[in-house]
Amino acid sequence: MDEIDRKIINQLQRGFPICERPYQEAAESIGISESELIQRIEALLENKTLTRFGPMYQIEKAGGAFTLAAMKIPEDVFDKVAEQVNQFPEIAHNYERTHELNMWFVLGTESPEEIASVIKKIEETTGYKVYNMPKLEEYFVGLFFQV
Amino acid sequence: MPIHLNDSQQQALKCAIQEGLPIDSRPYLVLANIIGGTEEGVIHCIEQWIESGLIKRFGLVIKHHNVGYTSNAMIVWNVPDEIVDELGERIKQSGLVTLCYRRPRRLPNWNYNLFCMIHGKNRDQVLGQLEKLIESCQLKDVEHDVLFSYKQFKQCGGRYHKMNSHSMKKASNHG
Repeated sequence: MDEIDRKIINQLQRGFPICERPYQEAAESIGISESELIQRIEALLENKTLTRFGPMYQIEKAGGAFTLAAMKIPEDVFDKVAEQVNQFPEIAHNYERTHELNMWFVLGTESPEEIASVIKKIEETTGYKVYNMPKLEEYFVGLFFQV
Repeated sequence: MPIHLNDSQQQALKCAIQEGLPIDSRPYLVLANIIGGTEEGVIHCIEQWIESGLIKRFGLVIKHHNVGYTSNAMIVWNVPDEIVDELGERIKQSGLVTLCYRRPRRLPNWNYNLFCMIHGKNRDQVLGQLEKLIESCQLKDVEHDVLFSYKQFKQCGGRYHKMNSHSMKKASNHG
């Protein structure tokens, strides 16, 4: 990753133009040609620096639901339970964390009602309780990473 | 052709862009051709979705782990309910966290009701940032815990699930 890649990433995390020639417009403000920008974005997607390029939807406005949930899993069965939990397609991401509640994952479903049923299925499959902690208030979301 | 997309074109557009914007010098024209609408209609529609908040961000999404942000901690606070909004606002203003939410307590196992995330390039950087946060938001006397992650098992958020259905799913990636 060189200086130009860094510029592309820092600038285009904040937004992408919506006009007939958006790559042209973005390239100009970065100071490179449209074709170079296109090539570089392709390369950054290819080498997995970028996960995606496009819209991030606000799930609740799209009719869906999200929640954060945690489980307390004994160390000796942790990997097995993680595998069981991750098999659910509704799991968006799952982290092992340093706490008695040591498994933390985000669930995304097509409707709010499904959250409870997926949680019930996870409890039945694993035999462990799921602590559901949906957001009650959002104070700040600013996932921007300066590179 | 009319400027505004009809319902089924809009639905098709939602699906068509979920995997990402076409890498083409006229990406909105490519999309228009896929859904049978006009370029102008696609542009107008996406602008409206951003304005209405259906699309909360439109741009690059990076895999933060792959650009050096390998450490992250969830910091959780036990804040009296009467002042949780005020503290959440103060934390937001600090500019030191990437996310900040209020969530329910789960007593007796879980006392914490205010959650925030700090991402950094290493553990020390995250802890340094937490120290600054405690200082600048006067959180010294608030009971809290720091949950570092040491293993990520899965990350696949950020897209809808069923491409052809009219339903939407996995449209964002943070709960």
